[in-house]
Amino acid sequence: MQTFEYRQSTSVDQAVQAGARSKRAQQYADVRFIAGGTTLVDLMKLDVERPNQVVDINGLPLAQIKTSADGGLVIGALARNSAVAHHPVVQRDYAVLSLALLSGASPQLRNMATTAGNLLQRTRCVYFRDTAHACNKREPGSGCSAIGGHNRMLAILGTSKDCIASNPSDQNVALTALEATIQVQGVKGNQSIPIQDFYLKPGSTPNSENVLEPGDLIVSVTLPPPAPDTRSHYLKLRDRAAYEFALASAAIVIKVNGGRIERARVALGGVGTVPWRSREAEQVLEGHTADVALFRRAAEAALKDAQPASENGFKVELAKRCIVQALTVSTQSA
Amino acid sequence: MRFEEFVEFIGSQEGAPPKSLDANAPPPSAIIGAGVPRIDGPLKTTGSARYAADYNFPGLVYAVPVRATIASGKIQRIDSSAAEAMPGVLLVMHHGNIMPLYRNASGGRNSESRPAFEDETVYYWGQYVAAVVAETFEQAQAAAATVKVEYEPAKFNVDPSLSDSLPPEGEPGGPRVMSNRGNTESAFASALVKVDETYITPVETHNPMEMHATVAVWDGKKYTLYESSQGVMNHQNVVSQVLGVPKENVEVISRFIGSGFGGKLFPWPHSAIAAAASRKLNRPVKLTLSRKMMFSNSGHRPRTQQRMRLGATTDGKLLSLQQNYRNHTSYGDDIRENCGEATPFLYSTANLKVTSALVRRNVGTPTPMRGPGAVPGLFALESAMDELAIKLKKDPVELRLSLDTLIDEEKNRPFSSRHLKECLQLGAEKFGWSRRTPEVGSMRKGDLILGWGVAAASWGANRGVCETEVSLRADGTARVGCGTQDIGTGSYTVIAQVITDKTGIPVDKVDVVLGSSALPPGPTSGGSTATATFLPAVIDGVNAAIKVVLTVAGNTKDSPFEGKDPNSLTMTAGRVHEKGAPAASGVSYNEILHIANLASARGDGKSGGLGADPKSHNFSTHSFGAQFVEIEWDPGIARLRVSRVVSVIDGGRIINMRMATNQVAGAIVMGVGMGLFEETIYDPRNGHPINDNFADYIVPTIADAPQIDVHFLDIPDPLLNEYGARGIGEIGLAGIAPAITAAVYHATGVRVRELPVRIEDLMKTNAVT
Ligand SMILES: Cc1cc2nc3c(=O)[nH]c(=O)nc-3n(C[C@H](O)[C@H](O)[C@H](O)COP(=O)(O)OP(=O)(O)OC[C@H]3O[C@@H](n4cnc5c(N)ncnc54)[C@H](O)[C@@H]3O)c2cc1C
Repeated sequence: MQTFEYRQSTSVDQAVQAGARSKRAQQYADVRFIAGGTTLVDLMKLDVERPNQVVDINGLPLAQIKTSADGGLVIGALARNSAVAHHPVVQRDYAVLSLALLSGASPQLRNMATTAGNLLQRTRCVYFRDTAHACNKREPGSGCSAIGGHNRMLAILGTSKDCIASNPSDQNVALTALEATIQVQGVKGNQSIPIQDFYLKPGSTPNSENVLEPGDLIVSVTLPPPAPDTRSHYLKLRDRAAYEFALASAAIVIKVNGGRIERARVALGGVGTVPWRSREAEQVLEGHTADVALFRRAAEAALKDAQPASENGFKVELAKRCIVQALTVSTQSA
Repeated sequence: MRFEEFVEFIGSQEGAPPKSLDANAPPPSAIIGAGVPRIDGPLKTTGSARYAADYNFPGLVYAVPVRATIASGKIQRIDSSAAEAMPGVLLVMHHGNIMPLYRNASGGRNSESRPAFEDETVYYWGQYVAAVVAETFEQAQAAAATVKVEYEPAKFNVDPSLSDSLPPEGEPGGPRVMSNRGNTESAFASALVKVDETYITPVETHNPMEMHATVAVWDGKKYTLYESSQGVMNHQNVVSQVLGVPKENVEVISRFIGSGFGGKLFPWPHSAIAAAASRKLNRPVKLTLSRKMMFSNSGHRPRTQQRMRLGATTDGKLLSLQQNYRNHTSYGDDIRENCGEATPFLYSTANLKVTSALVRRNVGTPTPMRGPGAVPGLFALESAMDELAIKLKKDPVELRLSLDTLIDEEKNRPFSSRHLKECLQLGAEKFGWSRRTPEVGSMRKGDLILGWGVAAASWGANRGVCETEVSLRADGTARVGCGTQDIGTGSYTVIAQVITDKTGIPVDKVDVVLGSSALPPGPTSGGSTATATFLPAVIDGVNAAIKVVLTVAGNTKDSPFEGKDPNSLTMTAGRVHEKGAPAASGVSYNEILHIANLASARGDGKSGGLGADPKSHNFSTHSFGAQFVEIEWDPGIARLRVSRVVSVIDGGRIINMRMATNQVAGAIVMGVGMGLFEETIYDPRNGHPINDNFADYIVPTIADAPQIDVHFLDIPDPLLNEYGARGIGEIGLAGIAPAITAAVYHATGVRVRELPVRIEDLMKTNAVT
């Protein structure tokens, strides 16, 4: 860890100003906000993040969870993962989010982790997290050690020849299926960014993971109003029963009417370089009768472009089974 | 571990054997076997138990190692100028400037025979190449990151396949014959039913909760080392040689250990690094390993590759058994994983051969890990037995029962106490084995396919030499001192129970002092031998102290027994009385001490090793067990869980039922890790154990713990000590992994011969769905 200056922000504007002094917003940002610290501090200890200034935003009034005028939900950037997971409205109307959060990390971590921090958590790729190895995400142009290395956990969708790191979040998969919007305040004012436009696939610049610029502070995440008679589910598959990142996960938001699927949202975790929305699967599902054969076709469609690395070929089939099971559960008559 | 290797770390076998269980002796009181809670429990639950890294002294400074980022080669240059210029930095130590450290030539066992910083050669990724000492931990760590090391890399090998070509059997470097009887080749050739398969166990890293740590204090003449050690006496012996000082100039203290699983049996190089820095700076030095370092710098269970050949008659007689195994070892040390530990005697067969070979890899030196040898060895043997049962269409419990033997056919002696049969029978009953349907995939529970598997377990039993000092005090308390240590298994409590049994002094009034090399020499906590070793010496010590009380009773003016021959007196539950008279007629021992104006009566205890007891040469001494495992496989989502384990252990008399159950339950959970999760993976391109953290090296969580049902036969083994106790620290792990893979086969039809079982193995198209 290298030495850094620690500051506490007392207002959103002040935080934005402090952040704006950073030369870059992505890998090796020299100013970093700290929320729960469960990603940032780990990476600083590993020398993978080296901010010279850490701006504590925990004092900002951004922890509230409240319904919006249109009947949706506004989740403050600093709302803890545990608070969101146990919120009655989330449990009732956005079960997929509650399930996703509770499947992640441990109770202690969820009590610290925040909504915005979770949006910005970094990959768990071992080569990214160890400075002894080449990694294009960390040191652009140095090469990708994961390709041809230990990559059982890594991505099979959205990869590039420069990076196969997976986005490890559970929350963000649920938020993708829920079509959440991310509210950002920055030096240029306020922006509302739909989650599908927020993350960047690695391409040839895996060091850039999202659209944020220096000073951009996430203030909240908004969920659209729940459509009536919609059900949702999150299924996470992993080797052990708890406290492990997903090998594959699926978030489903679905409305079935008289056996026919009217609307479906499908997102995948553990397999994509970003939280993975599968419009291909949604297309197969919408307008058709919900049954296992259809689910399997949707799963095939979702994975048709998968490009496994040396150790993670099984994830293609695993993700398919995950989708089929998550669809089965979320369409079962109560 | 073979008997000979036990000797290596339990020391010489000299000394009088303890009194064996006399058939007419009264049984021990109810305290022996009772589930007494740990006497050190409150210290641990309140955070007041001090572990090695908890020691702080005025002037304490911190050492942080710099580690090699190549797996083989030579250090060309170390540039520490930036580090030396950083705030708080006191010293950068490396092969160019460290004081001389020596190899231990005069006994004891070291982990890596090469002392830290011996020369510029690097043998494995992560090897210590320098250490930075600074006023604070943060300063040392920041400075360590700036030390630039230039290397001339050399070729290295971390190939997981151990199929290297080796010289022929018997030649140097070739397979060594460990056991051989009859003619295995011809017996196998003629067998009508054969199993010929190769089984692989991966590198496992011990990962005790408490990281290795040393706090070294040099006082100008003597080192005091606060360690997390499973053997303070051995540590003192070895490290004093490494540091080049007389043994008395090193004291090793290890009051509490956050477990070791074998990884803390013998000293690791960080201990001498901290000591050398302390001497150089004349300041106390703390060096704590990070979790990451634990994957390179403090040992592992080596990878094994074992070819098993079993030949049988169609009715299930075992004609021949062959085990040809290899394990990897480091470039510096020959560590043989004794995979054939249980093979020669577990089942009856006239023709048997076990060979062992080493192949070198650029890895840190392996070290014993819970049930070394036997645990990976039984994975192979018990897997092969399951495969044989299937070929014979025999129930795997029945097959094992039919091959049971009460004679160790290797040594041609009876076992001192073998009850494998009873373990299998009781386990089958508790598990409900009779309801098992043998066809693959035939047992269901909703969407889940159940698999039921069984395996036998065995682990050696042994006793080393031990000394104790026991004081019975006039204030009604007692003190026991012994240079062994409690690694979290319960030695403190077991020793207190012995004093209670012999004196009636309640366990909470017994002060048990362990974990210092300044105490009378006690055993290393390893090989499941510590309890069997210290019990007789504690008994001897307390009996000696009682004898002092009786002598005092007879010799002291105004004593109720004044003038009585001490031999006519005895002590029962703390009351001194005449032999033949009821205990109630007597006087409490502390009253006697008061009358004599004595603060305490002290007795020194001593007992010899098993090998020194001529009777032991007539017997073969081992523990046995049976493991029954249920797994649940959900093919729809490729989810595999171990759901239920019944474990029956024949481990001699159990001294503390609660802690023994604890040991076995913990071992079962560790077995789930061995079966399903754990593997240290070396990146073939650089030799780095790449999953050197707890997100990537998966161990079971509580949610992965199955329903656990532990039973002990509780049959005393008269050969070991008066109580007939063996040890139960390791046997609980033996047999779990092969029972898991047998259950996995039963559920899915997929035979996994290379651990751990991964869901991708079971997603293959030939698996049952
Ligand atoms: C052992 C372990 C296991 C885990 N397991 C899982 C798991 O199974 N599933 C899962 O999904 N996650 C898991 N996680 C990750 C965890 O969910 C994240 O670490 C957590 O959500 C991050 O939130 P935080 O508030 O602590 O972020 P911080 O560490 O405080 O911040 C993370 C990043 O976000 C930035 N940031 C924070 N807030 C804002 C803001 N308002 N605006 C702009 N930038 C901001 C910070 O600058 C930093 O770059 C695990 C983590 C650990 C340590």
